[in-house]
Amino acid sequence: MRTSAPSQPGGGIAADDTVAISLHINGELRHVLTDRRATLLDTLRERLALTGTKKGCDRGECGACTVHIDGRRVLACLALAVMAEGREVITIEGVTPADGLHPVQASFIEHDALQCGYCTPGQVMSAIACIREGRATSDDEIREFMSGNLCRCSAYPQIVAAVRAAAAGA
Amino acid sequence: MSGIGQAVSRLDGPGKVSGRTLYIGDIPLDDVTYAVMVPATRPHARIRTIDLAAATAAPGVIGIFTHHNTPRFGRIDVPLSQPVMPLQDDRVLYEGQPVALVVADTLERATHAARLVAVAYDETPFDADFAADLSRTEVAPAFFGIPPDNAKGDVSAAWSAAEVQLEGVYRTADRHHSAMEPAATLAIWRDGELRIHDATQGVFDARACVAQALHLDPEQVRVSNTFIGGGFGGKGWGWPYQILAAMAARELGRPVKLVLTRAQTFTSHGYQAATHQTVALSAQRDGTLSSIRHDSIVAGSFAGDHVEGAGWDTHALYASPAFSTTHRLRRLHRGNPAAMRAPFGGVGLVAVEIAMDELAYKLGMDPLALRLKNHTDVDPSDGKPFSAKKLRACYEIGARRFGWSDRRAAPRSMRDGRELVGYGMSSLVLRAYRFAANARVSIDRDGAVRIETATQDVGQGLSTVIPQIAADALGVPVDRVSLVLGDTILPVAPFTGGSSATMSVGSAVQDAAVKLRERLIAAGANGPEGYAGALAALNVESLSADGTWAPADPEASPAIFSFGAVFAEVGVDEDIPIPRVRRIVGVYDAGKIMNPKTARSQMTGGVVWGIGQALLERSETDPRLGRFVSKNLAGYLVPVNADIPEINTTFVESFDPHASPLGARGIGELGALGVAPAIANAVFHATGVRVREVPIRPEHLLVG
Repeated sequence: MRTSAPSQPGGGIAADDTVAISLHINGELRHVLTDRRATLLDTLRERLALTGTKKGCDRGECGACTVHIDGRRVLACLALAVMAEGREVITIEGVTPADGLHPVQASFIEHDALQCGYCTPGQVMSAIACIREGRATSDDEIREFMSGNLCRCSAYPQIVAAVRAAAAGA
Repeated sequence: MSGIGQAVSRLDGPGKVSGRTLYIGDIPLDDVTYAVMVPATRPHARIRTIDLAAATAAPGVIGIFTHHNTPRFGRIDVPLSQPVMPLQDDRVLYEGQPVALVVADTLERATHAARLVAVAYDETPFDADFAADLSRTEVAPAFFGIPPDNAKGDVSAAWSAAEVQLEGVYRTADRHHSAMEPAATLAIWRDGELRIHDATQGVFDARACVAQALHLDPEQVRVSNTFIGGGFGGKGWGWPYQILAAMAARELGRPVKLVLTRAQTFTSHGYQAATHQTVALSAQRDGTLSSIRHDSIVAGSFAGDHVEGAGWDTHALYASPAFSTTHRLRRLHRGNPAAMRAPFGGVGLVAVEIAMDELAYKLGMDPLALRLKNHTDVDPSDGKPFSAKKLRACYEIGARRFGWSDRRAAPRSMRDGRELVGYGMSSLVLRAYRFAANARVSIDRDGAVRIETATQDVGQGLSTVIPQIAADALGVPVDRVSLVLGDTILPVAPFTGGSSATMSVGSAVQDAAVKLRERLIAAGANGPEGYAGALAALNVESLSADGTWAPADPEASPAIFSFGAVFAEVGVDEDIPIPRVRRIVGVYDAGKIMNPKTARSQMTGGVVWGIGQALLERSETDPRLGRFVSKNLAGYLVPVNADIPEINTTFVESFDPHASPLGARGIGELGALGVAPAIANAVFHATGVRVREVPIRPEHLLVG
């Protein structure tokens, strides 16, 4: 029988681990008390009730948490909330019209580009950016520039069709 | 109209594309606390000490549970659950087993405090390396009611007498479900009742497990979910994280939210266990099979009795007069495996269908001709006819769509520029798992129809197909139909798995809707006011009917299986031998298709799973540390968009009255079958290298 030492406890954290920040989200200025260590993703989901942005892996591998910051695709699990101050954050809630759907969203339904739907908000945010970046000019290009978003139900061919159709209509 | 067979767009689409759909982790809860598990870092050990001083002093901590202060759980005997309960004693049976649970007021604080829990282990010898010693096995226990061994005829005599013999060993890898939504449990204890929101594929099974573990009456527990972010067999019941969340909510009197980290999903709810399969085929010179022997050694666990039944469906494939299938279990210090799309026969087909390709080459026959030569319309195990088999049509349509006749027989005989090109094919078979189900359908004076049934939607399209079935029976537009599902207060329905939901639950919904229609007609619904007139005549605002369905006694039924044929084209660069799939054609025989739009997506998704099985998915175990090495989506590779070529799937439809009153069989796993062997066979055709293992990696092809 071999005996191992206890694992070393991590460093302490001061009791004042919270911080008040102001975030521009979906065109609104939101004041929120969050943890200094909190990611933008957890702050959106756990403190701002913006749960449309999903957590799949929490380490930048799956794309489910894709949001736009200053117009660029960003993985909200790899961004600290405090880093987003002073920047323009758009989430899936921000691209969805109050009444109806964004053309990319409608195209996803038309082409059945979703099944369980958990990756879908991230896919939609990537697709909107992909089209805006001019990276939706061919099926191969769409496949490449949508490959940061995993879909385990594996609706990939339908996602390509949905992005292609939305790009053609854009 | 929008009834059965119509290409209705997903009714749950708008909520999902807009992010408004609430998955378990999205449900708002007042006064919520966050639970984070501390997983064991050793595969086999005794816990010597757990030092909680630092964790207890950390900000925001509300409670910490270890085996010292966790209540004793009752024994769980629900099928497909893991019997070993967490935090009951100092024993560790697998890496990742929870050894503590920390609850705090925020996720960050709980996560931090969990890291401060200091566990000291006394390590004991372990075995987590499947391939290390295949002689240490045991006869697998009967699993899911299926015995480990099955045989007919004299296999050894047929083998000895055969003109042609072929024997090979085939291996499949450990794989992880990797649903995009990590499993999550919210538990609320209030006034002696436990309310659980859980992304489980079986709300009633989950309820039974929690009730047994916590010594509660099942009526004190309510389990529900409306949406599941992918299941694939991994979102089960009775797993430690579910029991711990429920326990903590009761002990603390506060709502508890427990969402697995991605790494924890690799050790918390099973995986598809690796297999080592021996297949021996004997045949006459003209290709007629005289025996099939299929012996499977499968990886198992000391923490449960899951058996990967790789040979369960082998007997139903070909018209061999003698067959034998066996299963031996090699238990390891790893968590209990679980069913994973496509389990059992889906794993076994890899071995049998590569062996059939090898036999075709040995005989100098076309691989498709060899399958046709051994086609059977009766189940060889008992001589009963199959319920509605259309496999010959699948072969024919598939071969034509694919252009199989363009295939040159010799390996390395086809190319496209720098790429060696190969064609391969596979048959596939899937037994129809069916279970008793109940449903209630009601209609009000505005014509709004409501279905209630406890089934779970894992994303396969059930929330669209079930309303179509009721709309069809009642003759109303599908947009007038709503569905309430996934809740133990609803009519009892089985777990969602084994490609069973449409047959089982759909049939119960149809029964309820037909009964409702008959009652409405009896009350005068044929008049000008229609259903509303009937409700007025009855002087009620709404009317409902309960429906039920159960499969007939299997002894009195034909053999109910689905079939299909898959054709694959691969390309392999002549210098850098990374196999790439260029296209897939799949043709399937699954009875009546309820919704061709959602069904096509299910088949496409299944094919992509097969591509992952063939070329990417392998969870490596470190034999020295006894743990899965890459517990993340960067090291465990699943297909991405750029991996996926043209996928062409279609159905040979027929009405199978034996499978279900809908004429349907199940398709959830069907698309994932046969793809990996078809790709492996195409890789051989392209390169001349026979790989008897999946996933196929470049190093397999770096020979000669």
